[in-house]
Amino acid sequence: MEQGALLTGLPAAFFYLFAFVAVAAALMVVSSRNPVHSVLYLILTFFNASALFLLTGAEFLAMILLIVYVGAVAVLFLFVVMMLDIDFAELRTGMLQYAPIGALVGLVLLAELVIVLGGSSFGPETVGAIAQPIPDLAIRENTAALGDVLYTEYVFFFQLAGLVLLVAMIGAIVLTLHHRRDVKRQDISRQVARTPETSIEVVEVESGKGI
Amino acid sequence: MSVGIGHFLTLSAILFTIGVFGIFLNRRNIIVILMSIELILLAVNINFVAFSAQLSDLVGQIFSLFVLTVAAAEAAIGLAILVVFFRNKGTISVEDVNQMKG
Repeated sequence: MEQGALLTGLPAAFFYLFAFVAVAAALMVVSSRNPVHSVLYLILTFFNASALFLLTGAEFLAMILLIVYVGAVAVLFLFVVMMLDIDFAELRTGMLQYAPIGALVGLVLLAELVIVLGGSSFGPETVGAIAQPIPDLAIRENTAALGDVLYTEYVFFFQLAGLVLLVAMIGAIVLTLHHRRDVKRQDISRQVARTPETSIEVVEVESGKGI
Repeated sequence: MSVGIGHFLTLSAILFTIGVFGIFLNRRNIIVILMSIELILLAVNINFVAFSAQLSDLVGQIFSLFVLTVAAAEAAIGLAILVVFFRNKGTISVEDVNQMKG
């Protein structure tokens, strides 16, 4: 499928570097013994994918990938891994039991993908049917160009994405919020409602005796 | 040395396959399964961006942005469910998720 090169020269060499590191790190994510290491390798994968995005000119997406994935998602994973008190060595037992079937499914999937992608080519009418052409970087930078399209043509989808995030946020809070009954909490309405009549008791104490 | 769309598609196919393989390999550890799903979504994003650059069409990057949003929401909800599940059962093994079977 020779449709003209996306990258040539030094960027192409960097593509191979980033792609190789990304694949190696992804392999370490799924096969690492310690989930903390898995998260760290996941971060490495995302860094390399972000570099690949930069090579293709998707600058805003590359930065968003770093902020959202490395800054939020990966740190969330790291928190959860460290928060849960789990014997991870015990979870590893029986891992190789599933390795053959997993490898089989993976290889079949990869073979299918390679067959489909290797034999495919663009129809000539596809190349002409562009919805939103990318403007020249010298005229309009990537972030501004994305905003031009996102806030006009796709504004409803943008709002829908915001709604998805809102629902996810509320859902996560509702799921993990739990009230412990064995801790003392401040009840402001009870504190305000207290009067001297309800809280002070006058007791006659006989001399020589306590209460 | 030149890199075309085929190279990007091959890379994303490899990443996708590693993600699927990870789901099978870590049947007992839901955290790594969630990470494998993130890998799969990343592979999809690479495809979108590569086609966006190839066809010089911005819509691929827009869609990739939405995929990113959904992936973040999915990770948050998934980890919240995981924490609640661990609080109730004291384990995160997939094989112990059987309370709802009839």
